[in-house]
This record gives sequence, structure tokens and C-alpha cells, in this order.
Amino acid sequence: MTLLPLALSHWFAAQGWTLHPHQMAMLDRADAPATLLIAPTGGGKTLAGFLPTLAEVAGGHAGLHTLYISPLKALTADIRRNLRRPVEGAALPIRIEDRTGDTTYTQRRRQRADPPHILLTTPESLALLLSYEDAPRMFAGLERVIIDEIHALAESKRGDQLSLLVARLQSLRPGLRLVGLSATVEDPPALARFLAPDTQILIADPGPDPDIAMLDTSLPPPWAGGGGRYAIADVLAQVKRHRTTLIFHNTRAQCELFFHDLWAQNDDNLPIGIHHGSLAREQRERVEAAMTAGALRAIVCTGSLDLGLDWGDVDLVIQVGAPKNVKRLVQRIGRANHRYNAPSKALLVPANRFEVVECQAALDAVRAHTLDGEPRGPGPRDVLCQHILLAACAGPFDADDLYTEVTRAGPYAALTRPDFDACLDFTATGGYALRAYDRWQRLMQTAGKWHLRDPRAAAVIRQNLGTIIDVETLKVRLKNRTGGMPLGEIEESFASTLTPGDTFLMGGQVVRYEGLRDMTVEVSRTAGRDPKVAVFNGSKFATSTLLTHRILEIFQQDTWPDLPAHTASWLSLQREVSRLPDPHSLLLESFPHDGREHLVVYGFAGRNGQQTLGLLLTKQMEALGLAPLGFVATDYATLIWGLEPVTDPAPLFDPQTLRDGLEVWLAGNAVMKRTFRASAIIAGLIERSHQGRRKSGRQATFTSDILYDTLRKYDADHLMLHITREEALRGLVDFARIEDLLARVGPRIHLTRLPRVSPLAAPLFLEPGKIPVHGLGRDRLATDAARQLMRDAGLD
Amino acid sequence: MHHALTLAGETLHALASGALYLPGHQTLVVSDLHFGKSERMARLGGPLLPPYETRATLARLDAEIAARSPATVICLGDSFDDLAALHGLDPEDRLWLIRLMAGRDWIWVEGNHDAGPPDIGGTHRATVQIGPLTLRHIADPRQMAEVSGHYHPKAQLAGRFRPCFLADAQRVILPAFGTYTGGLRSTDAALTTLMQPRALAILTGPRALAIPMPR
Repeated sequence: MTLLPLALSHWFAAQGWTLHPHQMAMLDRADAPATLLIAPTGGGKTLAGFLPTLAEVAGGHAGLHTLYISPLKALTADIRRNLRRPVEGAALPIRIEDRTGDTTYTQRRRQRADPPHILLTTPESLALLLSYEDAPRMFAGLERVIIDEIHALAESKRGDQLSLLVARLQSLRPGLRLVGLSATVEDPPALARFLAPDTQILIADPGPDPDIAMLDTSLPPPWAGGGGRYAIADVLAQVKRHRTTLIFHNTRAQCELFFHDLWAQNDDNLPIGIHHGSLAREQRERVEAAMTAGALRAIVCTGSLDLGLDWGDVDLVIQVGAPKNVKRLVQRIGRANHRYNAPSKALLVPANRFEVVECQAALDAVRAHTLDGEPRGPGPRDVLCQHILLAACAGPFDADDLYTEVTRAGPYAALTRPDFDACLDFTATGGYALRAYDRWQRLMQTAGKWHLRDPRAAAVIRQNLGTIIDVETLKVRLKNRTGGMPLGEIEESFASTLTPGDTFLMGGQVVRYEGLRDMTVEVSRTAGRDPKVAVFNGSKFATSTLLTHRILEIFQQDTWPDLPAHTASWLSLQREVSRLPDPHSLLLESFPHDGREHLVVYGFAGRNGQQTLGLLLTKQMEALGLAPLGFVATDYATLIWGLEPVTDPAPLFDPQTLRDGLEVWLAGNAVMKRTFRASAIIAGLIERSHQGRRKSGRQATFTSDILYDTLRKYDADHLMLHITREEALRGLVDFARIEDLLARVGPRIHLTRLPRVSPLAAPLFLEPGKIPVHGLGRDRLATDAARQLMRDAGLD
Repeated sequence: MHHALTLAGETLHALASGALYLPGHQTLVVSDLHFGKSERMARLGGPLLPPYETRATLARLDAEIAARSPATVICLGDSFDDLAALHGLDPEDRLWLIRLMAGRDWIWVEGNHDAGPPDIGGTHRATVQIGPLTLRHIADPRQMAEVSGHYHPKAQLAGRFRPCFLADAQRVILPAFGTYTGGLRSTDAALTTLMQPRALAILTGPRALAIPMPR
């Protein structure tokens, strides 16, 4: 067992701190090669991770001892402050520094030459460190690696990359000890395997169950839509009753709309701020500082506050909109009351009637301690390609050694040698059927070792390291003579729809679009209350399989005493005039409405899955002459409208036909092109578009869509196309959920013909995001628009 | 589907593919082919892009030539991404180009990427005069009745950017015909100062569509 330095024990005692059992246990296991600690928020798990380091370094250590990796830059700075308190308090000779994209050039150079004892960093900065030739020297004395919030990292490509980086660190430093720190997860052994094959799992006391309920609102939720603005008065009443409230939203757009309307009703002028990822860093930091100072009563926020910053004063979490995912809900609830052993308090606000049922399902799941989570699947090969390039930057490598190293990383444990070789060939020659680059290979083999043909290429590769692919955004500034205050950023695609005079929401205020200057959107404040244009699109999560199953089970109850009366009577009416969907069959309804035929498919396959289903079904309906005109998808159902009724659904749902449709439809779809762009950037086929380059060289850059179309036409079997397909299937297309659905229902597909819209289907008509189906329609629209423009300009 | 323009009394057809046809002279004009772009990028240590853009561009050029059998083809500069790119062409692509050149006048107008005569036949010129029209790579603001390329103009309609021709009473600017080419928005100052107020943008794509030039 490792002992704490006496000075530190004394300092803890002087603060009145006693170590939690799991913190003691981490000291006991200081020598274990790999440990995964699972503890609730507020359980002091970061300190638990660092205690063995403090003990060992206090006894004397030259150079870097512990590398701490967190997913957030803000978290590294926060941890540095928190860690310095006991270290300085106990006067321990330990140097702690952080290193992120924000660290100055001089500081970074110095850190490589003379590293601190503890270096706090992010996966991206670690990738950069490992790409330098002097990496072996810098990490020569490394003893421990601590990965914080490993549950969040392991769900993304950042985690896949990190696993490869850790495998590399282990090659540089055999015997390195690993620690993963995680919030509560559904499958601890899987997360343990992600860290290392022989990881010990340590589960801390999860603390008391949270105090969680649905918010009682004075008005019933609307039939459809999101945002929960009907509940603002009730939310404000709760804010008043608590010290500090976090109000979570699922998207930035809903966050903005809610915040704007909330202030319109905030008669007491309660200090309430807004925080989300599209706001300027200055704006976010101001809100964070005010929060830390206890100056705010509430923050309207998104997932940007899911992790990090320990704010002791939060005593209520409000989740607006269905939580979509139980695990994330539990982690969010943990943000309330960062004191260990006190129950967290949370309220759910469903945004519409369907979400009432989903919120109930989520409450049941939290109380039953069941968590959701889809297995991640093997490590993606685009990340591997980037890692091979990184290895080449660091120096010549042997392919056999690199393969051995890579397969030590959890996500790549099952990687075959041919798959590895294909990735190596791609990075070296491009991997094209037409061997065009024999003279200009990127990597070459000399005396058995692979190396960069042109060492100058290393700079470009380093600039493109990392797996976070941002959508192209433009900065938004208030227009004035001195350049103006930065407000945040919007997606370039959204900016391109604006014309001067349009108003939209940014940071809770209505602003007027003035124009585009030097790739910056200039806006002015406006007196208008109603923004003309909807705000930018945020990412939309799909409801988890676990939650959809629980919803289907709730539907099977005879009565619904747990649900609000408005929702219970809605479900009863549906049962009366049609039927409720169930877990073992697929319910379809067809009915005429407003001069069109409609088909509703209650697949419960999640938003992306239902959307894919809509595309596949309308494609087939087109072929069958049913003249579909459009569809709209939610997490639960797809509504399709057209000219002819569907009378025989069986052929539409034949699994093989759907799979064939996928093959044909998928390849040319915009979803694939978006996926291709992300994978091509990660794999190093195209470079990231940096703000500066976009500004200067529009002519020189062409879209990744052109590359995708060219590859498909001339090299259909290329590695990048395989990767794209694999990524799209498990991402935006989500065909797995459709396969699950088909397996779940088998031949039990029930079509109910109704004279009119059913109660369950009615809200679907109010859903935004309707997708038109037309072959030549888009061209016709463009022709009409062009004719109109010419006429308006008097040019025809 | 083309859009018919008149410049200095000459009829010009702006084709949906991005090529310009002069029916009165049986002449096809294309600009900014950028053959060999992927090879040049690889040579300079950049990414290894799919090496198929030359044949993709040739296929589209071949289709226009087959449809119109022009007596003369004028490539309006930046035909090669640089002069060395010509030597890096895949032998099959090179043969294809030579086959297209056979039996017609083929003029390489010099661009900023490909100064100097390409070593593949045809005529090499700084400018070409056809009746009242002057053809050159980069527009000269003082010139009347001019056809040029270089800028790769693009314009937006119904939320989507497409490569486009820009045309007014004084000049026509061609879009880039090469597959691996990006575009400069018509709203860029370089183009708005060059073109007259009532200029048109003729979008390429499934059909040629004329709109007032977005500024």
C-alpha cells in the first residue's frame, strides 16, 4: 500500500477532509497495471486518480511522472487549479502544468525540453506530442497515465485515437500504469477492455438515488415540436425556489429560443445566463466566471456543460425535452449537488405529448438503475490511417512492430493484418487501382522501415491531427467601427441562407444580418422581438433502444396512472380508434387526409433509423407507382404522404428488398458525402479547411463531394469508400436499428386502414423537417426560381 | 440545353457543361482544365488525391466534341496544372487527349499555371482573335468584346452553388471545366468590379440557367 506524504495528510486533516473509501482503494492499488474507477460526480474521483502520483512524486522523481488526459480544455485548467491547492498547501515539490491548443508556443517548446512532473492535456495535444521525434525522450520516465471522463471519450473517435496513443506510450515505456476515471456506465467490463486487456474495475459507492420527477406544468405540453417553452412560467418558479439551477436542452437552437422567451417572462430579473458550444469563448467564460462566483441563479445550456467544471452550488437540474438516452440523463442529474452522499434533484420537462411517455420511461429506467448504450464496434480505420501517418512523423517504423502496437489498443484488438496493410498502403501510395503515385509516394520503405518521402510533409500532417471534424462555421460579430464584439459562430450553410435584414437569435438576443466581411458575419442589435429565421441546426440525438422498448411496454399497460391525465386519455383514444404499437409487431396506419393518402410506420427505430426507413420506403413506393410526395421522421414513427394508398405493406418491408435499396440509394446520398468528408479528413486524404485558407483561396479548393463522386466512378472498391459506408451505416444511416426492428417484428406487420388521422399520428403532421420526394422536382424548382429572378430584374 | 448570348454581334452558346460554343465559327472554348492536378499536388508533398480527374475531365470534353464536331477547340489557359503535369499524365489519358486533338485545330492559350508551349502538339498563343472577339486567360478590364477564364466563377441559386459563366455587354467569363476545381463566388470584389451592373450569371449543371449575377 502506498502511503500519503505526511505533509499532505496533515493538510487534508487541517481542511477537515477525510478520504473516501474509493480514494483509499486507489492508493492501495497504486501498483496495478490498469484500473478503472467508476464513481458518481462529486465523489472526488479526479483526486482519487492523482493520490498515488502525489505520493510517488513527493518522494522524488525526475521528469514527467503522470500524464492526465481529459476531453475538455477547460477541465485541464480547472484540474490544475484544484490540484495545486493541496500541493501548495502541503508544500510538495511537484510541478503541474497544462498543455492544450491554447498553450503558447514558447511554453510548449519548454515543456518538451523540460517537462513538468504532471502534465494535464487533451487527446489532440497528446497526438501532437507523440508525433515529434523527441517523444521517446520526453516520455522516458513516465509512470502513470490518467484518463478522465473516459466514458465520454470512449464513445467517440477521440477515444479510438486515444487508445492508439496510449498503446504507443506503452511501447515507449513498458510497465506504464493506466487509470481510467468514469461516471456510471452500463457495461463496465467493456470500458475496462477499452483501457487495457487486464484492467481491474473499482466501483465506488454510487450514493443515494436521485430525487427525480416530471415537472408539473400549469399548461399541458403541445402536441408536437420541441423546446418546452410552454413550461417557462413553471421553470421560473422552480428557479426561484432553488439556489442554482442548470436548465439543459438537447439542441443549441432550442436553448436559444427558450432563453429568449424566458427573459421575456423573467419579471423578477433573476440573473440567468446562457451557455452552449456555438457562443464565443469570451461569452462562455463570462458565464462560467459568474457561475463560479455564485452570481447566477440559473444557466440555460446544452451538453457543453455535461462535463467538467465542478460547481458546488447547483441544487437543481432541469432537463427540457426528452432525455433520449438514460445514461446521459443520469450523468446530467449528477450535475446537481456536487456533494457526495446527498441526493441530486432533477425535473424533466417533456416538450410534447409523445415525450411525456418517453420521460416516464426514462424515470422508470433511472429508478430501476438500468442504463442504455450501444456497443461501439471495432476501431474505425480512418483513425488508424491517421495514426500511421503520425507514427511516420515521429520517425521510421517497422510495419510488424506498429501492427503489434496497434492491436494492443482495445478498439483495435481484433484488427486483421490485411486490414492494417490496406491502411498502410493507403497512407503510402493512396491505395488506388491506378498506381499513379509510384514516384510521389507519401511513405516509402528504406531498409525495411517506413518513413516520409518528404520530411517537410510532417508539418502538414501535424496540422491535421485529431478526429474532431467541425462543420464549417463563420464567426458572428456586432458591426461597428472598431471591429465589434464577437458573439459566437453559425454554420456556414445557415449563413448562406441569410440576406441583409434577416433577423435571428444569437446568445439570446435578436440580431439583424448586415452582411459578410472577411469571412465574418456582421450583425447589429435590433429592436425586433420575433426573429425571422430559425436558428442554426444542432446535432440531434436518436432515442436509445432501451427507451423505445420501455415506451412500447408502457403502451401495453391497461391504464396509465403514472402519466398526466391529458396523456393517458390520448393513449386511450388511440387504443379505441386504432391500436397502440407493441414490442412484437410493426403497426402501420393508412388514412386519407387533406386530399392525400398517408402511411404511418411506427418503427421506433430512432430518428436516424426512421429517416432512413422513410427514404427506402418512398424509393420503393415510387417504383410501385404509389407516387409518394414526401415524408417526415421522428424517433418513433415515419409519416409518408402521396397520391395512392398502400394496401399491401409486405413487399415494402421485405428485408432483402430494403437492404438492396440501401445499396442503391446509399451511395449517392448527401449523408454519405458528409460522412466521406469527415473520414477523408481524419484519414489524411484531404486537409482541414482553415479559416485563413478559406479566406484567401476559394479558387484553389474544391469540395470533397467531387472527390467522392470521382472515386465512386473510377475506383469503386477503394478503401475510403469502404470506410465511408461502414461509418454511415453505424452513424447517420443507422441501418442497424432497422435490422433490429425487422428481426423484432418478423412477419407480424399490421396495416390498419382508418377513415381519418389517428390520435397518435396527429402530432406527426406538426413536425418540422419534412423531406420532399422528387426526382426532377428540384430542377423544376430551380428553373422556376431563375425565371422569377429574371422577370423581377426586368432581364427576360 | 444552352443559353444563347450575343457579344459584339457574335452569337455564343453557354453550354450546361461549362463549355462555350461559337456556332458561327464551329469553335468550342473551354477554360481551366487543370489536367494533372492530383499528380502535381502529390509531387509537391500534398495529399494523394484520387488520380482520375484528368480522365473525368476528358470524358466530359469528349462528350462536347462528339456532340458538336467543332473545327477548332480553344483551351483558354490553365489547361495543365503546371507544365510538368503534362509529363506526369497517365499514358492512357495522354492518348485520349491526342485522339481528341486529331483532325481539328487545337489552340492552347497560355494561363498563369501553364506558361510556355505544352509538348503535345496544337498551337500555343497568348491571345486568340476570332472576328471581333479577343480570347485570353485573364480578363483585361479595358478590353471590349473579350472572352476569358481564370476566375472560376460560381453563383448560388436555391441554396446551392454551381460553377457559372458571367456575361455582360463587354465580356464573357467562363467557368472552370476541370473536374478538380473550386470556384470564386460572383459576389467577390474581383468579379463585381469587373462586371457591369446588369451582368448575368449562367449556371451550369443539368441545364444552363441564367440569373442576374448575384453581387
